[in-house]
Formats: sequence, structure tokens, C-alpha cells
Amino acid sequence: MLKDQDRIFQNLYNDKGSDVASSKERGDWVNTKEITDKGRDWIINEIKESQLRGRGGAGFPTGLKWSFAPKEVGSRPHYLVINGDESEPGTCKDRDILRFEPHKLIEGCLIASYAVQAHVCYIYIRGEYFVDGQKLQAAIDEAYEKKLLGKNAAGTGWDLDIYIHYGAGAYICGEETALLESIEGKKGQPRLKPPFPALIGLYGCPTIINNVETIAVVPTILRKGGKWFASLGREKNTGTKIFCISGNVNKPCNVEEEMNIPLKELIEVHAGGVIGGWDNLQAVIPGGSSMPLIPKEKCETLTMDFDSLMTEKSGLGTAGVVVINKDQDIIKCMARIAKFYKHESCGQCTPCREGSGWMWRMLERMAKGEATKDEVDMLGDVTNQIAGHTICAFGEGSSWPVQGLLRHFKKEIEERNNLDPIVQKKNNIPYLVDQHLLDKKNA
Amino acid sequence: MSLRRPAKDQPESFEFNASSLEAANVIVAKYPDGKQQSAVMALLYIAQKQNNNWIPLAAMKYIAKFLDMPYIKVYEVATFYTMYNLSPVGKYFVQVCTTTPCMIRGANQLVEACKEKISENECELSDDKSCSWMEVECLGACVNAPMMQINDDYYEDLDKEKTLNILNKILNGETPKPGSYRGRINNEPENNRKTLMNLKNA
Repeated sequence: MLKDQDRIFQNLYNDKGSDVASSKERGDWVNTKEITDKGRDWIINEIKESQLRGRGGAGFPTGLKWSFAPKEVGSRPHYLVINGDESEPGTCKDRDILRFEPHKLIEGCLIASYAVQAHVCYIYIRGEYFVDGQKLQAAIDEAYEKKLLGKNAAGTGWDLDIYIHYGAGAYICGEETALLESIEGKKGQPRLKPPFPALIGLYGCPTIINNVETIAVVPTILRKGGKWFASLGREKNTGTKIFCISGNVNKPCNVEEEMNIPLKELIEVHAGGVIGGWDNLQAVIPGGSSMPLIPKEKCETLTMDFDSLMTEKSGLGTAGVVVINKDQDIIKCMARIAKFYKHESCGQCTPCREGSGWMWRMLERMAKGEATKDEVDMLGDVTNQIAGHTICAFGEGSSWPVQGLLRHFKKEIEERNNLDPIVQKKNNIPYLVDQHLLDKKNA
Repeated sequence: MSLRRPAKDQPESFEFNASSLEAANVIVAKYPDGKQQSAVMALLYIAQKQNNNWIPLAAMKYIAKFLDMPYIKVYEVATFYTMYNLSPVGKYFVQVCTTTPCMIRGANQLVEACKEKISENECELSDDKSCSWMEVECLGACVNAPMMQINDDYYEDLDKEKTLNILNKILNGETPKPGSYRGRINNEPENNRKTLMNLKNA
């Protein structure tokens, strides 16, 4: 288990307050000027050395992302945007940072803004977190009052204004370009990339977008050194991470742990074990709903980091671990996730808009055993028609959980759904519109 | 995509009152000059708050004029985002999360409780028109599942009985205390904490 002194979020459970005074006791705001005095290159290099990867799901190296910002500020100002649109089912880590460790985030914003030369920072918070956003706003107000923000923020000589922008219940706004559209006052529909936001982002200006957790760990990394952070976890998967363990466990909780921690330790030690014992485990969704599930056999030895989960054809995502035990109907669980994606599709790309509803309707019937034999393969086909054919990664994200289900639980689906196909193959029915689909040669 | 339609009965006109106007001007100032369109989301919230939790078409037209942008752009935003209510929802708007992490911990019991106490179907006003309920997608409190949101507040770690109690309170016009209903502190593992013990005991 990670040593307590290596935990970054000391106030994760709100044992102390979240105001400036108690945050200072935990080391926030103590020597911000000393950090910025070392210069932008030092900051970016130190973050690169720490091998910090973005905590929002994709795991992109943060130092590298910052270095994409133009070195000189031209005619267009730079912006820093913080993504707090945490909507991935199974994930609730950013909420705790917003309400209990707001000053880690605010100080991180100041340092990151300095590093990418932004004078304005927008924090995008999902609309449902209104109460938590108010707590962050109170922390921002206090920071202004204590001269930690505004002109010459915290004595660093850098001017920074932070504004909160509330979302309004759209999952898609967690996608970085959809988030920018949303801040610009439009529908949250993702943009094509390139151009990447680092060059053309908010209002067409260079914009760096980071997750709440990514930015909140930055000040601690710079204080303790990139080497310290890199010494935790393993190569390329360094540092600590807040894991959210939900679902069928005895003690669901958020806990900060080292990267590469065994999944079994996470569930058994921190979350009090699976309801009904470890043998009652059916499957685990390791990183929020869009990551393919992992069956029990693999959970025994699985370690939680970006690369080891990648080799299992899943991903760490946001580290929202959803535990599903054998009392649950796995097909029903996935059908509900498919419904989530159907509801949240922004409707811009046809494969996602139509495919997500298609997958949901098929899975609902499969859960009831009303589907025909051939539909199992057809479901797989639909997922492949979505993956790789949408503007943003969230469209593909809707197909991954279904692909995971088909990969590991195909037998269960086939056992339950053994009706004969409604239309037999090679029955040449002239009025059937989709006849060409039945003929494999032309398919 | 979710289907969203404006209500049939629409008020003739809408205007910000003094406090809404003040709040709106504060919001517009957050954004660069000429980018006042960015404020549309926040202004729709203000209109919703002023107008008993829902946004009439007249308010969209008013906001379009206020921000000097086409009405259709405001309409687009209001119909795209699901947190803007386009028809009356009552003083207490109950949203029950039924996405998988909540579902496998018994969110259907919360739905049953809502059906018993508020209305048989979702998005219908209760008999006294004071509240309505609906199933929503993940609200981001998965380790406190099952949970629901009433207006701005989260009610966590629920079961059917606790939900019935909460609903009884709001039907009597009281505002129940938000947070966990199993007495647990925030997101810590209940009676199983293994980390940061020196802070807990300090």
C-alpha cells in the first residue's frame, strides 16, 4: 500500500478544511513563487520527467501537451481550460477534488497557466455538480481575496483570472473540442482534429486542456520533484491515481493509490471485498463505462495502469472501477450502458447516432432472450461499423463495452438467444430491402 | 440522442428581474469582448431559476436579444443540453440515476418509490403540481450509489425506505438534508478506512 506521506490528496475525505489556511498546512501555496521563478522550461521539463499522463482517460503525457503551446504569444491570447465535466459512469474523483482540495486545483491552474502563458483559465464543471462548483467558487473568491489570484497572483508576477463555466448535462462535453464549443456557447459537438486545440482552440486561440486531477497533482510534483513522482508506479505509468471503486463491493469508496496496484488489492483491501466473496465476482469494468470489461479469471492477477490494461484490450480510462458480481445479469448491465451512450450521443456522426441506439435495442432483446442466433454476430458487426468511423473518441467509446461483452461473454449471450433467424439465408425474397446483406459475396 | 420538446402552453413574454439581470451582467463580463455568446448557457440557467425550474420559448427569445445572437442558436443550445427543462417540472425536480453502477446497487427501488409517491410516469407533475421525477444518466456519484438529485442537491446511499422518507418530506414542502443517508463521511470506505488514519484521528 502507498505510504500516507506519498499521497497527494491528503484531504480526500475532508478530515481538515478546504480553505486557504488549512490548505497551506498541507503545503499548498507555500512557495509558489519559487516554483515559477525557475522558469517555464524547468516546469515543463520537470513534468516531462515525472512522466505524468493525463488523468481524464486518454493518458496523454502532460508535459508533452504543454510543450505544444506556442513559445511566443502572438496576436491571439493563450487559454488554459480545465475539464471537470466528469460524466463517465463509474467515475467520481474530480468531484472530491473540487469540493475538498480546491486549492490544489487553483494553484495548479496558476502554475500551468504560467507554463503555457495563459492569463485566463476556464474551469468547465458539469452542471449537476452545482453545489461542488459553488464550493470551488468560494475557494476561488478566497484566493482572490488573499491575492493568490488576479494581478501578480501569489507574488509570482503572473496575472491570472479563473472563471467557472457550468455544463448542462451533456456527457459529450467531456470531449475536449466539444467542451470548447460548449464554452463558446454552442451545442457541444466535437470538432475535427487537426487543427489541435493547442494551436487553434477556444475562440480560435491556442488552448491547453487538462483534466482536473492532472492539474491538481502538478504543484505537488513540482515541490517533491519529478523523480519522486516517477519513482511511484512503473515506467511510463508513474505516480498516484484516485481510484473510484463502485458497484457490488462491500465498501464502495474513492481512494488514492499507486499506479500499477493489483486490482485484487484495490477491491479486497480498500473496498472491503466483493459482495458474496471473491468467488462471486463476475466481471470488472476497470476504467469507467467506455472501457471493455474484464472477466473474473483475469482479475486475479491484473494490475491497474494504462499499459497493462491495454494489453488486456481494455484501458485505465478514468480509473472508475465498477465491480459486477454474479447476482447481476451481465447482458442487462451492458444494455444499460448502451442506453447511456444512446442517450448521450451528440448526433453529429451517423455511425454513433444510429449505431448506439441499434446496439441498445439489440442488447435489450438479448437480455430477454428474444434475439436470434445470427444477431450476435450482427451486434459485433455494428460495433465495428462505429469504431473508427466517428469524429471523436467518444463515439468509439460507445462500441468498446459491447465489444468487451462479446469478447468475454459470447457464450452466455448465445445460450440465452437461440431462436432461428427470422429470414433464412439464401431465401431469395424479392421485396426484402436488405437482401444484399444476406448475400455474403456482396456484403 | 434524447428527445426534447418545448411545452405546449407557453407564456407570452419573459423578462429578467432585477437580480437575474445583475447576475447575467456578471456572467457576461467573464468572457472576452465580442464573445458574449459564451454566456448563453449560464443565462439559460438564470432564466430557468427565475421561472420555476423551466425555460419558456419567450425566455430564449429574450436571451437571444440580450446577447445579440440569433434566436435559433439559443434554441439549439436549450434543446441540446438535457439540464434545461423545456416544460414545467415543479418546485422539486427529482432525478434518479439509473445508469449501471447505480442500477446494480438497486436504483430500481428508487424509481419504484418515485412512482408510488410522485407520479406513475416520469416527467409528470405530482397531484399537487409541486414535483416531478425522471430517470437520468450517470450523475457522477457512483461510489455513493444508488443516489438521486433533488434540484441542486445530491442524496446518496439510498434504499427504498429512505427514498420514501425523503419524498414524503418534499411533498410536505420541507427540504431534506442532502448527503449520505447511511451516515458515512463523503467518499470514504465505511468503517474500513485504511489510509490517512493520522489525519482522521488528529
